[in-house]
Order: sequence, then structure tokens, then C-alpha cells
Amino acid sequence: MNTLNTNDLLKQGAIWGFIVLELVFFTVAGKYLSLSQNAFMDLDNMLLLFKQSAPIGIIALGMTVIMINGNIDLSVGAIFALCAVVLLDSMSWPFLTGLGDWVIPVSWGLALLTGVVLGAINGLIVWKTGVDAFIVTLGAMLGYRGLVFMFNGEQPTSHLNWTLVDFAEAQFLGLHTATWFLLGVAVALWLLMTRTVHGRNAYAIGDNREAAVNAGIRVGPHMMINFMIIGFLAGLSAVVFYSESGSVNPNDGSLYELWAITAVVLGGTKLTGGSGSIISTLGGVLAIQLLRKGLGHIGADTETVNLVIGSILIAVLFLDRQLNRKAKGELRT
Amino acid sequence: MTSFTPALRLQDIVKTFPGVRALDGVSLTVLPGEVHALMGENGAGKSTLMRVLGGVLQPNSGRILIGEEPTIMASPLDAKSKGVVFIHQELSLAEELSVAENVYLGELPRKSFGRVDWDRLHEKTAAILDKLKVGFTPQTRVGDLSLANQQMVEIARALTVDAKAVIFDEPTASLTDAEKVVLFDVIADLKARGVGVIYISHRMEEIFHMTDRISILRDGQYRGTLHTAETSEEELTQLMIGRKLDLSRKINHAEVGAVALEVRGLSCGRLYSDVSFEVRRGEVLGFYGLVGAGRTEVAETLFGLRDPDAGQILLDGEEVRIGSPVEAIARGISLVPEDRKGQGLVLGMNCRDNMTLPQVDDLKAGPFVAEGAEIAIFDQYRDKLDIRTPGWRQKVGNLSGGNQQKIVIAKWLSMHPNVLIVDEPTRGIDVGSKSEIHNLIRDLAANGFAVIVISSEMPEVLHVSDRIVAMHHGKVIRTFTSEEVTEESLVQAISGIVAETAA
Amino acid sequence: MAEMTKRDVGQFLARQGILVAFVIFIIGFTLANQRFLAVDNVLGVIRSSAILGVMALGVTFVVISGNLDLSVGSMMSFSTIVVLDLHDKIGPSLAIPAMFAMTMCLGALIGFLVGYLKLNSLIVTLGMLSAIHGLTLTYSGGKNMDIADKEGTWFSLFGQGSALGIPVPILMFALLAALLSLLLAKTAFGRKVYAVGGNGVAATFSGIRRARVVFLTYVISSFCVACAGLLQASRSMGSQNTVGQGLELEVLAAVILGGASLLGGSGTVFKTVIGVLILGFIQNGLLLVGLEFYVQYVVTWVIIILAVWLDIAANRGRLWSPIA
Repeated sequence: MNTLNTNDLLKQGAIWGFIVLELVFFTVAGKYLSLSQNAFMDLDNMLLLFKQSAPIGIIALGMTVIMINGNIDLSVGAIFALCAVVLLDSMSWPFLTGLGDWVIPVSWGLALLTGVVLGAINGLIVWKTGVDAFIVTLGAMLGYRGLVFMFNGEQPTSHLNWTLVDFAEAQFLGLHTATWFLLGVAVALWLLMTRTVHGRNAYAIGDNREAAVNAGIRVGPHMMINFMIIGFLAGLSAVVFYSESGSVNPNDGSLYELWAITAVVLGGTKLTGGSGSIISTLGGVLAIQLLRKGLGHIGADTETVNLVIGSILIAVLFLDRQLNRKAKGELRT
Repeated sequence: MTSFTPALRLQDIVKTFPGVRALDGVSLTVLPGEVHALMGENGAGKSTLMRVLGGVLQPNSGRILIGEEPTIMASPLDAKSKGVVFIHQELSLAEELSVAENVYLGELPRKSFGRVDWDRLHEKTAAILDKLKVGFTPQTRVGDLSLANQQMVEIARALTVDAKAVIFDEPTASLTDAEKVVLFDVIADLKARGVGVIYISHRMEEIFHMTDRISILRDGQYRGTLHTAETSEEELTQLMIGRKLDLSRKINHAEVGAVALEVRGLSCGRLYSDVSFEVRRGEVLGFYGLVGAGRTEVAETLFGLRDPDAGQILLDGEEVRIGSPVEAIARGISLVPEDRKGQGLVLGMNCRDNMTLPQVDDLKAGPFVAEGAEIAIFDQYRDKLDIRTPGWRQKVGNLSGGNQQKIVIAKWLSMHPNVLIVDEPTRGIDVGSKSEIHNLIRDLAANGFAVIVISSEMPEVLHVSDRIVAMHHGKVIRTFTSEEVTEESLVQAISGIVAETAA
Repeated sequence: MAEMTKRDVGQFLARQGILVAFVIFIIGFTLANQRFLAVDNVLGVIRSSAILGVMALGVTFVVISGNLDLSVGSMMSFSTIVVLDLHDKIGPSLAIPAMFAMTMCLGALIGFLVGYLKLNSLIVTLGMLSAIHGLTLTYSGGKNMDIADKEGTWFSLFGQGSALGIPVPILMFALLAALLSLLLAKTAFGRKVYAVGGNGVAATFSGIRRARVVFLTYVISSFCVACAGLLQASRSMGSQNTVGQGLELEVLAAVILGGASLLGGSGTVFKTVIGVLILGFIQNGLLLVGLEFYVQYVVTWVIIILAVWLDIAANRGRLWSPIA
């Protein structure tokens, strides 16, 4: 849409450059260090990488929308878990069992609806009370988690439906179901944010909220829609993941919000809102997953992954600031 | 004036805020095809009136009529749809978005499914940009534009609707002379098309160059409307401030002592270059120039907030390097900053704590802050500067602008500085407090302080200064003594014209 | 005038609402269950809140200075694991100072990044949350830590001992709260913390070394985390790598509940203690009246939002947000 200057190109390209760097590093290092005989850039390995990126990736894409809009959502992990519980629990609800395999779309629908409703509650509170989204969703993170426990106490909720597992493990054109969902969501959100009035207004609100208000953009509804979108996506992520695994622990999904935010920030979305790109977040998600797999591939302890990701996050923040630093003589405040 | 039906009429507008009657029965009539200036001091109610007109605020009583039709401006968008467009003084743009998106912010053209109609958007924007003769395209990111071009984007917004009235609030503040010419062309074009233009500015030369009629506000009250051709600056000023301007010069110079601060060839990037001056004890040195001339930046450098590229700073004849405000304070330099609320005060803190903030480390009773000593300082300066507050526990944010400014001045006086720099000491302060602060500044110098006053108000500079440094585009054009300075020579100097008779 | 007083009452309720709610809760629970205000129950509540509380004391400084600390949970896991490991290697009297030193180095690192390099505290501490978790796992090799000889050491004193009939964790919480309250309310440093959080630019213009103040708030926070880690390790004498996981947000909830603004510049140590106790007593009260532990999550959610909402509403003078 916009003419890109070199700085922008550098920033948008950075995450892909980083991914290439990772690929090269792990391929080369893998030759010397890897215990397995397989090459790192193995096709199956890469396909798996996409599939494994999906659960957090789908949420991170939604988080991008929220952060472009100038908000944050800390409750996505809890929404994810609650949707998963609804998905699996509803399959054994007496009035649904008569449906046979038709219970699947009903349960999916219920799980997604749960996500949308929880997101809408967050959005409505942010809109109507004026309390900062950080606090609203911090509270909701606790509250929604409480609701998760109300279903089955501390027991896991399980329901394995083989039709569902088959669907989840299916591959179409070589890609797993989960991958298709991830890519589909990415395309849909990319279109939403770059092509629609809602998307452009969301950018405007995150960029300069007062200007948006002055221009008559209704800030509240836009924010609420975005919270509903991320709620829906948290539900979708749960649907994708738990269709296959069939069992959810009440603590599942905790810290997902932090992983999602990490991916979004790696993708270059501005914390204060107004700037960011869905595609770059997809890059951020892949970069993190690549790092996990790569470190495993070269035989590093899985424990170091967290250390490396955390350090990279801070390094990115530092580099970003160095790149954007103003000219000499700036005010020292 | 092509028609006798007013484009816009405001009738007896009253707007109150808790404790303040910001607008007290103001009426204003704007005819189609006229440029109508709105003048008044800071705080006279111009901005409030325009915010009411633009739908940002709702009046407590009074009527707004557009083409003699009574209307209610429910929101800025509502106002815009009714043909009243507000060009903001503070830029109200989304920097990450394109020019076109900003011009049509809030009303992007749509296709099916809520999609943006980019083709139509760019086409319409391009047509408007053509009219403005600007050198950028609809697709340019606004953040990449210069300040002046961003202003042009603001103006382009006014041209998106069939405007009946356009409000310009200090539009030239950040424009270069060439850009001003373009702006004046735009306004002339609007005028020719029968649009009523409301033009808010402090710059007399623009008012007399541009406008047909002038309405004046003072303290929230309407003070009359004059035909530009039939009035003079003097009459306007008198209406604005309610009395004859005290243009008295500072004649009785105090005993001038040794040089306290000398600056030689100081330069800082593109902000200013080769600035030299000196200030003696017992003397007030005024800095006059337009916004952006580099005066504030020089002060910030002296206070250790900026790194100079070149030049020397000498305190009491000794060359020093000032790397931070902490060092500046230790060397006896104090700065009353330009932005009182943003830089001078912690608004949520009480009066006493704000006042003693720079010396809180030195007021010790054992491991704790000596609150008794703090209260003593507060009491001393409250009496000395006549600060009106219920008590030291009062949050500074609840005080009036004048009292807030006195807190900031007290904060730095209580540090007993060698050099006191005061940047825009009376901005946004009522007339009464203004002269108090002026007297205070003169007293300070009489008591042996070296004082630097930076101001954009000529009467103020003339009134308090012993000598005046005129700056233009980061350069010192000339230094006047209070005996030789005239308003004409000063205006010429800050416009970059070096008088042939320069001493 | 009557209107004014009504407004004043509203303002008072909104500002002190959290205390009012606290009192109502206590009365309600006491009516529902006589045991609620029994001395041993009260002590039990405070004791079980002590670890969260000690961490919240430190985070209060960070929040007042206008920043966030999301790393305290994983930092607490780190200090717990480290002190348990070192206990068997070099003995408790060396292990404790070593653990404090290591934890405070992490705090200093965060303080350096946020204070001196001026990086966004949310992201820095988010990164540190992850990095310190990785560090802990690397240190422990992913295994649980246990003290081998649980009977033959005085190390259990901090978590399980008591003095004058009061459990040591409560004493430690109270002592720290008192000291930090003095530091924040009465010293020049405390004043600067408020100034930096209230208006960082004005603080700089007043000759306050902002970076140093921010740096020190994180060092204080990490000191509190080390204390919490010590309490945790001593109470359980063994630990998983994830013992502190998720606590960062609960700690933040307690601080916000106490009335500190995330924008900085407001809050007190005393209010944070109230916030911590509210969380503790609600949890306890709900259990006593026979509700499951997770009900407190839902209740906490409602209370946090109501508390912040009322505070904002009192400031803007209207209940609902003016956002269109």
C-alpha cells in the first residue's frame, strides 16, 4: 500500500533474514553436531515445523491485530484452555451424543462461540469502563482460568473421537490440517488488516487515538471486534490442537499469552500500536519454532531454548532502538 | 462579501468547566467568502470556542446556526458533515498511515464487504493534493513527511467536504515562508469559493495581510468585531488585554556585576550554530525569536540536556563541560522549562515535594528526608512569591497555571542558582500573574542573579530585559541593549534581516 | 451542597473502595464461618500469602516508577532452585548469600536494560521471564531439587519456624514491609521513585538520575524475590523448576488491587500489603465457606476490574468511559 523506504524494508525483512540465518546455522552446525542422520532442512521436518507452530501461531496472529490496535491481551491462554474444555466436554453432553459424528461441528461451534464470547466480554469491559486492556485481560486471565477449573476441578478433561483425530492428522497437498488453518488465518487477517476499513481504522486507532476519535472513528466497537477476533482465534487454536490430542489439563495454555507476544514483538509490531504486520508475525512464529527445533537438532538441551528466545527478544528490542535512534544532539530525557 | 446570509453564526455560547466560566455568552458571525480572524490572549477562550464549534465540546447554552439553520454539533464528524472543518494546531495525524488514509480518516471509501476502495481513495486524494501544489503523493507515509507537509495533509482534510466554514488554528506556527505563501493561496482559494474562514493567530502581520474582519475575546467574553482595514495593532492589543500595553522598557539597570556565564561559538547539529553571548550578575538577558529559532535548545544545552558539537561554555570565567542536569545544578545553573506540565512539574505530587525535588538529597534528617526543612522552604517561597494554595499537601495539578509556574520558579530559586534560565515564563498564564512574574524576574536580577529569559512575546522581552539576543534559524542575528532596541529592528532581526545599522 | 456531599461520598467510596470491600468481605466471611477471624486462621492466611506478598513489595517499587516486572515468577523459581542446590553443596550459611547475590545480579541486569538502556520494561521482563526460566532449567538439568538431609539442617527455620508464637514468614513479610515502607515514604530515594513514575521528564529536568532510580527499583525487586525464594525453599525443602510460574501476574494483580497505577507515580507499600491480604483472605474465606480454590480466581477477576474501574471513574467524574 505504502511506498516503502529502506528503513521499513530493513525492518520488515529483518525477521525473514533471521529465519534464513537460523536455517543456515542449523544446517551447517547440524552436520557436525547432530546425533541424527537426517538433514535439518528435511522436507518432513519443515512440514512438521509448520504444524507445531500452529497453536501458538494462530493466537499470535490475533495478538498482532490487538497490538496494532494499541491493546494487549493476557487472557488468551485461559481462553484457549476454556475453549478446549468446552470442545472436549461438550462431546459427551447427553443431548449431543445422539448426533453421532455430527457432534464434531456442533462442538467446534460451541468452542469457537466460547472464544468469541470471552473476547467480547474483555472488549466490552475495555470499551465501557475505560480500564486499560492490560489490567482487564490480566484479571480475565485469572477469572477465565477459574472457569476452566469449574468444569472438572483439577482433573483433565478427555474425549477422544477418532474421526476427529483422523481429520486433524490428515494432510492435504502435503500440509497438515493445522498448517492449513495457520496459513488460512494468516491470509484472512492479512486481508482484514490491509484491505478493509476495519483494519485500517484499527491501525489509525493504535497510531493516534485522539486523531481517530476526532475523525469520528468509533474506537470502542473496533476494539471490541478485535477482542472478539482474538477470542475466536484462541478458540480455533484450541480446536486445531485438541482435536488431535483429545485431552486437556486445566493448566494448559498458561504462558501462551507471553509466547504469542514474544512472536509478535519479534515480528516487529510496535508495542504502542499503529504499526505491525501479520506476515511479519508469521515470520516471528516460525523463527521461534525453528529455534526450538534447531537447538534440539544440534543436540543442545531443550532447556536452553527459553534462554535463547528470551535473549533474542531483548536483543531485538535493543537493535530496534539503535536503528530508530534520533540524530545526535537529541534531548536527554 | 458575496452574500448577506452568514455562513455561520454562534449565539450566546456559554461553556463552563468545574470552577471556570470558559465562555461567557460569546457570539460570532462569519460571512461566506470572508476571512475572519479570532484574536485573544492565551486562555481567552479561543480554543474552547472552536472546540465547541467543531463538535468536540458541547456548550452549556447558546446556539450554533449554519446558513441560519440552528444545528447541534454532536461530534467532530457531525460538524464536518455539516460543513465545519477544524484544522488542528497540534497535528492530529496517524504517522504510520498513508497521506490518503489520513486525509480521509474516519470516512474511507468502501467497496463490498467493508473493503477499502483504494483506487477511489487515491484518485480523490490526488485531486486535492493537486490543488495544494504539494510535492508528495497520496501513497506517501505521513511519518516520512516534514512538519510543514504534515500540516498540508491536515489542510487537505478540509477540502474533502463541501466546507461552509474552515477553522485554521495557528496554521503557520511550523511553516517556512515559502510554505506560508502556499497556505495563503489555499485560504484565498477557499475565500473565492465562498467559504467562511476562521483564522486564529497571534501574528499581527498575518492578521493584517489576510483577514477581512477581526473578533476579539478576552477572559471568555466577546469584546467586539472590527474591520481589519479600519483598525490598528494598538486598538487590537488594547481590546485583547483590556488596557494599554505596558511597553515600558527596563531603564533602571541594577548594579551589573561580573560575567556569570559566557558562551562562545556553541553549535548543536541542525538546531543552532555558532551561538555566542554573555550574561552578567544583576542582568536580565532576553532571548527573542520565533518558535523553532533554537532558543530553547540553547537553554537545554546549558542545562546539560543536549550535547553540543562545538563551542565553549564558561562559568565565572572557567570553561566547563555540562553532561547532565545533575552537573548543571551542581554548577549553579537552573532552568525553568518551557513546558510547565510536561517538564516542570510532577502534577500528581504535592506542592512541597515538587518544590524541593532537586534538593531532596540534601535535606536529610538521619536516613530520612527532613520534612520540617522542606515545609520551611515551601512556606518561605509561598510567602515570597505569593503562591495561592490551600497548603503544601495540595496536588500541583489542581493549581492554576500562574501558581503552577510560581512553584516551578520557587523550585529553582530555592536552589540559589548563579544563573537562572526562564523559558517562556508566562505562557498560558493570566494577565495578573504575568506582571507579577515579570516583576519577580526583575527583582531577581536586582538581587544579583544572572537571569536569562526566553520568550516569544515581544512586550515581555522588552519589558524585562537589559539586553536582548535576537535569534533566527539557529543563529544569533544581533544583540541589542534595551536603549537601542526598537520593535521594528527586533522584528527584522528575528525574521533574519540584518539591519544595516547593526552595532 | 447536598449534591457536593453526595459526590464526595462517591469519591471516597471509589478511592477507598478497596478497603471498604475488604471490610465487607471480612464481616461476611466471619458471619458465614466463625473460624474466619480466629487467630490461627488469620495467621495461617498471612503466612500463606507471605511469599506472594514479599514479591509484591518489590514490584510495588517497580510499578510506582512507571515500569513492569513480569520476571519475578521465574526469578523466584531460579532462586529457590539455586539455594536448594547450593545448600547440599556448600551448606546453608554460604548458600543463602550466594543465592541472594545471583538473584540480585539478574535484577541488576534487568535494571540496566530498562534503566540505562531505556528499553521497554514489558518486553525486557517478558524476555527475562523466558530467559531465567531457561537458566533455571539449565542449572538444574530439568530435575527437581531436594535437600538430602531434611532433618539435619536449620534451613527449615525460614519457612517453617516461628518466633514469639508468630511464624517466621509472617515476621519476614512484616519486617520487609515496614522497612520498604519507610524507604518509599520517608527517604529521598522513595521521593525520586514517585517523581520518576509521575513524570519522568520532569524528574530529569529536576536533576534526578532517572536511570539510576529505575535500576535500583529492579534491584530492590530482585532482593524481594530472593527473600521469597528463600521462604519457598525453606518451606518445602525441595522444589520443581516451575514453582514460581504464573506468580508474576498474580503479584501484579495484588499491586494493582492495592491501588498502584500502571502509569506510575502512585501506590504505597501499605496499600500493596492490603492488596495481598485481600487476595489471601478471599481465597481462605471461600475455602472456609466450602467453595473450591478456583472460585477465588473468578472473584479476584471481578474485584480487580471493579477496583481499577472505580478509581478511574472517580478521577474522570463519571462511571462509564466517554469512548464512542
